[in-house]
Amino acid sequence: MVRRWGGLALVLVLGLAVGVATGAKQYDPGASDTEIKIGNTNPYSGPASSYGTIGRALAAYFKMVNEKGGIHGRKITFISYDDGYSPPKTVEQVRRLVERDQVLLLFNTLGTPTNTAIWEYVNRRKIPHLFVATGATKWGDPEGHPWTMGWQPNYQSEGRIYAKYILQHLPQARIGILYQNDDYGKDYVKGFKDGLGDKAADLIVLEQSYEVTDPTVESQIINLKNSGANVFFNVTIPKFAAQAIRKAAEIGWQPVHFLNSVSNSIEAVLRPAGLDNARGIISAFYLKDPDDPQWQDDPAVQEWRAWMRRYYPEGNIHDVFNVYAYSVAQTLVHVLERCGDTLTRANVMRQAASIKDLTLPMLLPGITINTSPTDFYPIEQLQLGRFDGTKWVLFGEVLAAR
Amino acid sequence: MAKLDEALVSSKLRYPWRASRVLGYGKGMAGGLLFAAAVVVPFFLSNYQVFQLTLAYVYAIALLGLNLLTGYNGQISLGHGAFYAIGAYTAAIMMERWQIPYGWTLPAAGVICLGVGWLFGIPALRLEGLYLALATFTLALAVPQLLKYFEAWTGGVQGIVLMKPEVPWGLPVNQDQWLYFLTLGVLLLAMLLGRNLLHGRVGRAIVAIRDHPVAAATMGIHVPLYKALTFGVSAMYTGVAGALGAIVIQFVAPDSFNVFLSISFLVGIIVGGLASISGAIFGALFIQFVPNYAQDLSKAAPWAIYGVFLILCMYVMPTGIAGFLRRLTRRWQVGGTADRAV
Repeated sequence: MVRRWGGLALVLVLGLAVGVATGAKQYDPGASDTEIKIGNTNPYSGPASSYGTIGRALAAYFKMVNEKGGIHGRKITFISYDDGYSPPKTVEQVRRLVERDQVLLLFNTLGTPTNTAIWEYVNRRKIPHLFVATGATKWGDPEGHPWTMGWQPNYQSEGRIYAKYILQHLPQARIGILYQNDDYGKDYVKGFKDGLGDKAADLIVLEQSYEVTDPTVESQIINLKNSGANVFFNVTIPKFAAQAIRKAAEIGWQPVHFLNSVSNSIEAVLRPAGLDNARGIISAFYLKDPDDPQWQDDPAVQEWRAWMRRYYPEGNIHDVFNVYAYSVAQTLVHVLERCGDTLTRANVMRQAASIKDLTLPMLLPGITINTSPTDFYPIEQLQLGRFDGTKWVLFGEVLAAR
Repeated sequence: MAKLDEALVSSKLRYPWRASRVLGYGKGMAGGLLFAAAVVVPFFLSNYQVFQLTLAYVYAIALLGLNLLTGYNGQISLGHGAFYAIGAYTAAIMMERWQIPYGWTLPAAGVICLGVGWLFGIPALRLEGLYLALATFTLALAVPQLLKYFEAWTGGVQGIVLMKPEVPWGLPVNQDQWLYFLTLGVLLLAMLLGRNLLHGRVGRAIVAIRDHPVAAATMGIHVPLYKALTFGVSAMYTGVAGALGAIVIQFVAPDSFNVFLSISFLVGIIVGGLASISGAIFGALFIQFVPNYAQDLSKAAPWAIYGVFLILCMYVMPTGIAGFLRRLTRRWQVGGTADRAV
């Protein structure tokens, strides 16, 4: 009896060894010879539904990938559910994706509170939770949460980049800061102060905060002007950013104005604030803006437009969110291609955490994606741009956060 | 007096006294069967489905509370999402900040919401019908924002992440199943308490106030007291549901308790059946599952499909699912004659 079991074990071990040696296919739930299942949640309805275009653009991108033969012959099944930006709904939908639909991985789930709600769950279940659509810094935590990874430059990185620029170019800076009093605002300020290093205490003359529930930030702007600040670091969401820009112009305060990228939309912020009032503002960028005349003849932008027209004709051709979705989908395709025939969850994370100098067509030239088992921040470079009254004009080098 | 008689007769409460013995047994048997099914069902479903049913039960407890207020007492509330949020945050803060076992958070959430509901009920007494609906609506709007102000306690917009409760006493179930049974137990207790409350003197007073406040006052019912009390008890139910919801979801954030939640509760009690205890369960199943089905049917316009379902429900079952079932069973029992008397 013992001998029979021993023999069986030997056969099994041998089989396993041969299998590994010859590169046999290995699959976790959600992957097979013909298919890779990917799960996603997006706010197609509710208060944040303007982000919903990201989910639709992702689906359009994977449709193109499938038409071109898929990834090593496997078609992508992209399952995206509406969570309405409501965390309990995200928990429910993600459990549906993982437990019922049996997806191989979760990809680009959108929102900071929504991803926080599923953070522990996906890490306990060991489901790859890749390239989440939020700029919070906490997603790069390979030790505590080895299955979750961000994608876009995080708020702290961006803060550090402004600080770097100020140290180099504005040695006489007296800095005033306005920030939203929550994790998002504090994240930015922390990165900014880290970037200034031990100079922070000398350079920053006044910090003002506001609550997201406040009606205006006008008194804060007046205080900042009276503090004598000649550099303004503006960490506000679109509504307050427009107010701040307008108020500063009204009271004749003309600092060097750094505006966080959360609010650098011309249509949503600068136009309501008055384009003339916004002249000279500096912000940070990592994607090509399809409306920027300097990319008019750029082959990558033309290819993006062709893709939009063919696969997502109902989408808005001026919306940078669609550029974002296109690029983040390309990053995932890169990772899945590198997985080869070993489509296990562990291997997906291994490949996602070993990207070397990946360039994407719609990233600004010079920006590359790099990750490692200890670095879960894929994009950490940005380029500054100055608003000239009609458009953002990029200047200087691509800056790295660290 | 004639008017009062009419009022009492129109209320659904008179039903138990008129029901035939046979019908009583039938109802008991149906209830027993449903209970048996509810106990067995988690062992045949996936954990995800168990989790969904648990959420439906949580909503059912909240709907019981709202139904007490709106269905039985006639006060409309568009703000019960706020009490749900207060209950949820009570549980989350107790568990995460003070490391108190989750079991204790349920009574605490109930007591706090009873107090808040009572206090809110006192000024709300001056408001009737739609005006009260508007006043409570502000509560639903304000609470998620207020939560962001007390960041040290509530975690601000980022909310609070909770740990999933372990299964106690080495019971042979997994964590999802344990939460299911815990919620089922609380739901049954809530139904029992609600039934006892409503089928007694207090219940008759609550319903009389809905049907004819002047007549009720003439009969010696202290209308303001009972209205505030009903508001408090209703908020208590919803608060307990909120605490359970937080434990089941393991996360609270202001975004979890938007205005839509309050409106969903109202949809739930109307679809389920106003002034009906079992209606809370049907309504909860509706608000839990129908949006998902709608999304399966159409990715492009799930809420339009949801709307169609809602209109169909109201058209086919104007008295809600519970009212519809009651009519069916009556017709079956008494051969259709009793229907006219309803």
